[in-house]
Amino acid sequence: MTLTAANGGVLLAILIMALVTYLTRAGGVFVMARLPIGPRVERFINAMAGSVLVAVITPMAVNGDGGARMALVATAGVMLVLRKPLPAIAAGILTAALWRLVAS
Amino acid sequence: MSQPDSSRPTLGHLVEGFRRMAPISLFVIVFGLAFGVAALQQGLSELETLLMSGLVFAGAAQFATLDLWGDTIPLLPLVAITLAINARHLLMGAAFYPHLRDLPSGRRYASLLLLSDANWAMAMTGGTTASRLGILVGGGLALWTSWMIGTGLGVVFGSGINEPERFGLDAIMGCFLLAMVIGDKRDLSVLLPWGAAALAALAAMAWLPPHAHVIVGALAGGLVGLLLPSARRETTA
Repeated sequence: MTLTAANGGVLLAILIMALVTYLTRAGGVFVMARLPIGPRVERFINAMAGSVLVAVITPMAVNGDGGARMALVATAGVMLVLRKPLPAIAAGILTAALWRLVAS
Repeated sequence: MSQPDSSRPTLGHLVEGFRRMAPISLFVIVFGLAFGVAALQQGLSELETLLMSGLVFAGAAQFATLDLWGDTIPLLPLVAITLAINARHLLMGAAFYPHLRDLPSGRRYASLLLLSDANWAMAMTGGTTASRLGILVGGGLALWTSWMIGTGLGVVFGSGINEPERFGLDAIMGCFLLAMVIGDKRDLSVLLPWGAAALAALAAMAWLPPHAHVIVGALAGGLVGLLLPSARRETTA
């Protein structure tokens, strides 16, 4: 199925894309509101929450250059020690910048 | 079930969420700028580009579907790619549900309008239900505002930073999300589900269609968490 860009086709496509995206934002909550939440569902959800981010970050660790990888290592290290996100992120970015400066 | 007021975010919670998200939001401007420039080059008008950023508000999906916008727009690929990339929102919303449970459904579903990686990740780390909701909504507003400012700058000036990677900006979001994921963890029991998530994501990147890795990794991590006997301690959150 194809829309022609003329006659408001672009606008319609944008609205469809926005609707699909909103449905993903609301859908998980919609389902959970109708699901009996026992300890098993809770364990699954809790483990899944962090896992989403781990899975989002994984390509950066795998496909990224040395700078990106060292940035993640530095962020993790500072975060584990200080437990404060801003210094951890700053350390990560600084590490990436320095690494790329030296390595290139 | 009924803590009618303590779980309701006030304006103060929203402002606090906006403020806490602001530093990271500044970097989102750069990505918005890159999107604005790329969308104009693809032939979208200024208004269409701004509308898309404002209504869709999902950078990864907007970039990934850019080359579909031409004289004709194939709907099936547009919907499929958008769904594939944004399906992670389903899991993120599900994980956030406990903090939305006590809201009336209008406010509950309105709170989700601006759910995205960064404000969700920060909201999952934070304190009371009210402050988490403040971060989700207020932080979402901060991110949306920056995304729109960035898109607007790209649309108006028509040129700028085409490849944020070259400035090391690609690392920022990864470092931020990693800091958030480590943030509230004090024990090692999370390592098994996270390891499973990373391995499953890697396998999906190698063998499954593009964009499947987030869902596959997240579900694998959740399953391991479910099956782990050591993770049976009651959660207090």
